[in-house]
Amino acid sequence: MSLRARVAITGAAESDLGAAPAGTRPVDLMAQASLRALADCGLTPADVDGVFAATTQLPMAPLNLATELGIRSRYTDATNVGGSSFMLHVAHARAAIVAGACEVALIAYGSTQRLIGRAAASVQEVDPWEAPFRPALPVTAYALAAARHMHEFGTTREQLAQVAVSARAWATRNPLAFSREPLSVAEVLASRPVADPLTVRDCCLVTDGGGAIVVTSAERAAALPRPPVLVLGAGDAHRHRHITAMGDLTTTAAVESGARAFSEAGLTPADVDVAQLYDAFTITPILFLEDLGFCTKGEGGAFVEGGRIAPGGAFPLNTNGGGLSYTHPGMYGLHAIIEAVRQLRGECGDRQVQNAQIALAHGNGGVLSSQATLILGTEQTA
Amino acid sequence: MAEPAPTPPPDLVSPVAITAWHWNAGRLAYPVTPAGEPVWPPRAVAPGTGAPLTWLLSGGRGTVYATTALHARDEDPRSIALIDLDEGPRMMSRVEGIPPGDVAIGLRVALRFTDPDPDGVRIPVFVPERDA
Repeated sequence: MSLRARVAITGAAESDLGAAPAGTRPVDLMAQASLRALADCGLTPADVDGVFAATTQLPMAPLNLATELGIRSRYTDATNVGGSSFMLHVAHARAAIVAGACEVALIAYGSTQRLIGRAAASVQEVDPWEAPFRPALPVTAYALAAARHMHEFGTTREQLAQVAVSARAWATRNPLAFSREPLSVAEVLASRPVADPLTVRDCCLVTDGGGAIVVTSAERAAALPRPPVLVLGAGDAHRHRHITAMGDLTTTAAVESGARAFSEAGLTPADVDVAQLYDAFTITPILFLEDLGFCTKGEGGAFVEGGRIAPGGAFPLNTNGGGLSYTHPGMYGLHAIIEAVRQLRGECGDRQVQNAQIALAHGNGGVLSSQATLILGTEQTA
Repeated sequence: MAEPAPTPPPDLVSPVAITAWHWNAGRLAYPVTPAGEPVWPPRAVAPGTGAPLTWLLSGGRGTVYATTALHARDEDPRSIALIDLDEGPRMMSRVEGIPPGDVAIGLRVALRFTDPDPDGVRIPVFVPERDA
């Protein structure tokens, strides 16, 4: 039984982003985004019968959200594999909807990590074989991967910086982006070192914020007010939890998650009009461009040069400004999906990719650990 | 061929406790599968098969696989590295004795344990092989 185009994302919204007012709870932002996403598609909490949520601050997040909104769901999913969790939620919602276990799935996220401090918001689990060496996580793991990629393939510091510079250029076109002042390669290289070779401008933002999407059957979505965004393919894969167990630091499980998603969609990387690839650090989109098949292994650094991924370039990447410049409330995957939806709906104003029909949203969780890929399309692609 | 590691006391059953027992005695031990494949991080059983593991002693020589100089707030830059032991395991550690920014991928390194802390805890760190 093909799952291609069986369900659609019909509502999508962010909560307020940036710096939340004192006292804000993560569930406040989840609920705010959820109500906006439901209003976006003409529904209310009473229509929701499946609740999906994850956040580091609430281990039982769907219960918090359902309590807040008065939802009595018959399908509940608290899957948490880090920033890619929401791609898995979409895949799980699809399976549940096709199986008849629920009809309207609400997927939500919220974090107040900027308000309460990242250390308090995301308590890092202790790995007994890494903790004695006090790696600051997650940045140390990504710095090790970046160093290895540079060593094996000759990827340069400047190429890494191009990812941040291009993201910032997109962010200048997004009124909701947190960082909108222009950024140069020289400024990235000269900013505060965090974990060599990465500087603070190679690292995602630390913001508060949340998001939500509504997933339902393609049939029901066709009767709702917004243009349906069809789930054409989904795949996820993982190989490790902590970086010591990753093996080859230059190839991620996105090789498998992407292959599964493309196979299900019956598409290839050449068919993708716009891509949202989780940019926790500047090395991550380079790895995912390679692993998802947009270029060959080792060519990711060259791929991002020359403005190719910036506005006006041949490969529109992270068109909202990404985790590097738009928002990064701890787990970013849902915001990548929201931007993919908006591009396919043609709602992106100055940053709209013309005639975008196929979008890819890729999530990353842990330390290059959990990889999950969604391929989304307009009604014309069904 | 690596030597078998000494047998821990019978109450030490977790791979964490066994690792620490060796470390605190100044030994770097690692588990292997029945087929001789090294397993790191240590686990209770062989991944994929569930077969029992036995522990061997590392000769303490290796090569830097990946490295970073970590600039934590209010600290001098310090080394974090993944070390490929000559016997096969890849472990996290640090390289001492040279500036953290000078630790290069491919550098040959040799094991050196830290002095015991007040609780007797020691951890395995590395220095350039040429200085060992």
